Formats: sequence, structure tokens, C-alpha cells
Amino acid sequence: MIAPQTLFDKLWASHEIARREDGEALLWVDRHYVHEGSFHAFSQVKARGRPVAEPGLTFGVADHYVPTRGSRRAIANPEIARMVRQVEENTAANHVTLFGLDDPRQGIVHVVGPEQGLTLPGLLIGCGDSHTSTHGALGAYAFGIGASEVAHVLMTQTIWQRKPTRMRVTVDGKVAPGITAKDIVLAIIAQIGADGATGCAIEFAGAAIRGLSMEGRLTLCNMSIEAGARCGMVAPDATTFAYLRGRPYAPAGADFDRAVKQWSALVTDGGAAFDREVTLDAAAIAPIVTWGTSPEDALPIDASVPDPAREPDEARADYLRGALAYMGIAPGQKLTDVAVDRVFIGSCTNSRIEDLRAAAAVLAGRVSKVPGLVSAGSSLVKRQAEEEGLDHIFRNAGLEWGESGCSMCVGINGDLVAPGERCASTTNRNFRGRQGPGARTHLMSPAMVAAAAVTGHLADVRVLMAGRKI
Amino acid sequence: MEKLVSLTASACPLNVANLNTDQLLPARFLKWPRSAGIGKVLLHDLRFDAEQRERPDFPLNRPAWRDAKIVVGGRNFGCGSSREAAVYALYDYGVRCVIAPSFGDIFSGNAIQNGLLTAIVSDDDAAALMAALEAKPDQPVTVDLEQQIILCGNTTYPFTVDPVRRMRLLNGWDDIDITDSYRDRIAAFKADDRTRRPWATPRATS
Repeated sequence: MIAPQTLFDKLWASHEIARREDGEALLWVDRHYVHEGSFHAFSQVKARGRPVAEPGLTFGVADHYVPTRGSRRAIANPEIARMVRQVEENTAANHVTLFGLDDPRQGIVHVVGPEQGLTLPGLLIGCGDSHTSTHGALGAYAFGIGASEVAHVLMTQTIWQRKPTRMRVTVDGKVAPGITAKDIVLAIIAQIGADGATGCAIEFAGAAIRGLSMEGRLTLCNMSIEAGARCGMVAPDATTFAYLRGRPYAPAGADFDRAVKQWSALVTDGGAAFDREVTLDAAAIAPIVTWGTSPEDALPIDASVPDPAREPDEARADYLRGALAYMGIAPGQKLTDVAVDRVFIGSCTNSRIEDLRAAAAVLAGRVSKVPGLVSAGSSLVKRQAEEEGLDHIFRNAGLEWGESGCSMCVGINGDLVAPGERCASTTNRNFRGRQGPGARTHLMSPAMVAAAAVTGHLADVRVLMAGRKI
Repeated sequence: MEKLVSLTASACPLNVANLNTDQLLPARFLKWPRSAGIGKVLLHDLRFDAEQRERPDFPLNRPAWRDAKIVVGGRNFGCGSSREAAVYALYDYGVRCVIAPSFGDIFSGNAIQNGLLTAIVSDDDAAALMAALEAKPDQPVTVDLEQQIILCGNTTYPFTVDPVRRMRLLNGWDDIDITDSYRDRIAAFKADDRTRRPWATPRATS
């Protein structure tokens, strides 16, 4: 009899080409996504004079450096223009499909992969971007890799890995109205810490996770890396299969039905053991915002920021002083008293159609007190949002409706938060200087960003949604 | 990859938890080719102020630690973005070993690919090392990868490192060379997998 296996055990076993005595295994890579930042890796491949082993399993996007404002082709900064050109040249020279600037399917790699049906249950997916964990939402083993590993995958379609330990995060019960996947994942990170899952493969389970849409699951798995995890995943189910049916690169017709049969076995067997279990009560989760410079610095919106003077641990008190000074927040200040200068809705974390709808539901008929940018996760999401009239809601609220890309999450395309400015943001990292040198970032859900926009300060979206349909 | 067996050098304490790769190398430098001198901008926004002046209080700017080849960091060192250029920046600055209680998973993977040792010590030992260095900044520290020990003054601290990574560093092996010896098994896996998981190949689109 085969011992009960976790979902992750099954994914791992089905990709193992060889295992060495030292414990490292050589794994087959089913999908490899590359972007502008992969230029170091393409240089390494070229230096070795090797071809790309599996161009048909490799897909490129232009996302990190693309402009979101004005003409997409007229990039003023020559260095940024070169980055976009390089990914075009590197993919073309190696016969790799590119969703480039002029392609209607262009978008953020972690939005495009699932949207195109390239990301499927049961796959192993690598990409030179830490938020590759996103794709685990469909029941895939997906993780971020560095440039040397990208080069290795390009040359061999394989990767060496040591098997991560297995962690299950169970969120039982039902979330209250207005609580989203972003609130759930920030609550998890606040509980276990920014390194709470280092070396782990997380499986998210429980009724509250099952109840999430595909978009919500993508947000959840996206942020796994912010807890230090190698990857995060949700077992595929009817929600997953309904999402995938009819997507361009997914199997079609009878092939799809046969695939669903195999995918349905990708669940954790009863009695399978995890190395670590974490449990949260969904009903206890309130809308959450971050106050500091690590995603673990997250609190419910009705809380006050910590006071270093009340912190007995000296090292922790030091950290609190540094974080509060950088963020320009007084010790013990109420979060709802923190005024914001700007808002951003976008990024691989929260830029899918459901995210835009949630923000628009708060903004409809209201005006933002601060400037802001909305950047859809893909050009297809942008088009759909326009078909639904969401762009009018954002524009009427005074926000800018931009093109798709990584944009103000990382700022390398020039979309920056000014030094000292405070931004309510749907992104994934509130690190010092992440959105620009000296920028102050507060992470939260799209609806909470919309609430901050219309009030001009961090605010509880539940108050603003009273009497409105969530 | 350059091998590393033992190292005796100046060691700089960076007593910050969650020192992420956005700090090690701010995103605006990611478009630089490595040949542009990425070591110059290591920890740029912590080392320099908005007018590009050195911040004298920052440890790496203090005379004793300017030429550090060893960094002693806090927990979750190198978390965040997968940018391998964060490792290039450390390595090209001259750093060959980072000692910390824990590391970002992707960062430590990138480190080994480039000959940078990530040595894991206990929280207490990291704190003790930093205190010893603060007390006597110019004392050299020895990191011995064969023995897996750190020597600072008269005190020895054990460290852990993944055994595979240790072997690769001791020998200076690149993993692509190792992988090439598995060529036949990769081909066999691929052929078998096509029938086992036919859905895993992307559907051809027109």
C-alpha cells in the first residue's frame, strides 16, 4: 500500500528525473516564463554557446519595464527602451513565444500565465521572479529562481532542488463580508512572520480557501513568498477547472476532460503528514493594512501602530523605532489617522478583473482625495474592465487609468512614489524604497486602497460599503 | 565558479532583520549589466544619502569594515525579490561569506551559484558575533568551510550549510556541468512523460 501523500508530494514525485544520495533531485520543468530581467541568463546561455532546450515550453513577456502611460513604444529613457528590446531580441533569437508590447495578450507574467491557460494543475513552473509562487493557485509547483537557475532551465529544461518541508495553512470557517484573499494572506504573514515559512511548500486549505475565487487564490499564493515560502498552492477543484476551460493554451475538448480526471487526483490524501500545521479562524480576520517596512508588520485597520516604549525586547524596540521613523508614523498612532498622499491599484498581487471590480465598487460615484494610478494586470484585463465600464469609474474618481505592467509595485519603468510620499497600495512589498527611494508603502486589498483614496487616509472599507453591494 | 575553502578577513555586522534584496540592490540598478560595476551600488540607499554622500554611521562605511569580505546579518537576510544581481553586488564589492540566523530561500540559492557562502548560525551566536565585532571592529574573522566553524577572537562558532552547497563551494563546481552527465535520463523522462501527462504540453495555438 502506498503511504498517504500530500498534494506537494505528488507534484514533486511526478517531476523527479533523478535523486542523488545527497538529497538533491533533478526535476523536469513544464513551463518556464522569462521577462526583461532575464537578460543576465540569456547572456550566460549565449556565453556557453548553447541553444534553448525547449523553446516550446518557454514563454516571454514584457512586463517589468514597460510604460503604463502615454505611447507604449515611445520610451523616453534609452536604458528602459533597451530592456524591452532585449527581451524581444532574446526570445526571437531562441524561437520563444513573446507576449510583447504590441501583443494584445501582454501583461504581468503572473497574470498572463493563468489567463492564457499556460499555467495548469500538476505543472512545475519556474520563472526568474519571486512572485512565481502565484501559479500555485491552480495546483502547480511554481517558484521563483535566480538568473543562474534561469540559464540552467533554458539550457536543460531541468532544475536541481532539495525537497522543501511541507506546511499546511488551514483557514477554517467563512470570512466576513468585505474580507478578501489579501486580508487572509496578510493575517497569515502577520501570524507566522516574514520568514515563517522559509524552506516550506505551503498548501492552503480549509473552507475559507475553498470559497475563494481563482483570482483570490492567485493573490493568496502570490504572497506566499512574503512569508518566505518556496511556493504556495491550492488543490485544484471545480473552481480551477471552470476557470481553465476554454483558455487558449489549456487542453480542449475530450483532452480537457481527460486532464480533469488526472488533475482531480491532485489532492492531499486523508492521513497524509505535514511537517507543520498552522490554523486560522476566517471569521476573526478584519481588513488588514501594513504599517511598517516588512509585510509581517500588518494589523487590523482598527488597531494602533506599536509603541517602542512599551516593547520589552530591546532589539524589537530598535526595529520598531527604525520602521516608524522611516514610515513617518508616531508611536501608538491609530492607523485610521494616517493620511495618504497617493494610491496605486495594480501588480501581480491584485490587478485581476475581480480586484478592479472590488475597487470600483467602493469608488463608484465618489471622488478620490489623492492622485492615483490604476494599472490592469494584463491588456486583456484592461479591455474587459473597459467593457464593464470600470475605467469610467476610476477616471470619474480622478484616478489615472494606465496600461498593464509591473508599474508602481517596483517602479523600474519610471512609475515612482516620490521620496517621503505615502502610498496606499495593492502590491506585495512595503520594503524601504520599494516604490522609489524614500517612498512609504502601505499594503492592503484593492477595496481598502479605494477606501483610502476617497477618505484621504487609511480607512475601514466596511464603513464605506455600508448599504452598497460588496 | 571560484572555490572557497577557508577565509580570513574583516567582518562587518549589519544588525538588521529582513534585510531584503531591494536594500542590497535597489531596483533602479537592475538594468545595469554586471560589467558596469554593480559592487559600487551595493546597499546604495543605506550607504549613501540622497545627495550621494556616504552616511558615516553605516557600518560598511566605517574604516574597519570598508573592505569586509564577511558580513554578519540578521534573520531572513536576502528575503524578497529573486534578483541575482543582489548577489553580484555583494560578490563584486568583495564579500565572499554572509553569516546570519536565516536566509531568504532564493537568495541563498543564488549565492551558491556565484561562490558566495551563506553560513547559518544560531540567533545567540549571531548576536555574540556582532557584539564582538562592535567591541573590536578590526579583528579578523575566519570562516572555515571544511570544519564548518567561524573563529572570532578566541571564540569558535559552529555554522550549518546545505551539504551539497558545501561540496560545490569546496570544489568550485557549476551545476550545469553536473546536469550534463544526466542527459540520457532527462531524455528518457521526457519521452515517458509525454504519454504519462499528455496535457502538460501547451496546446498548439494558431
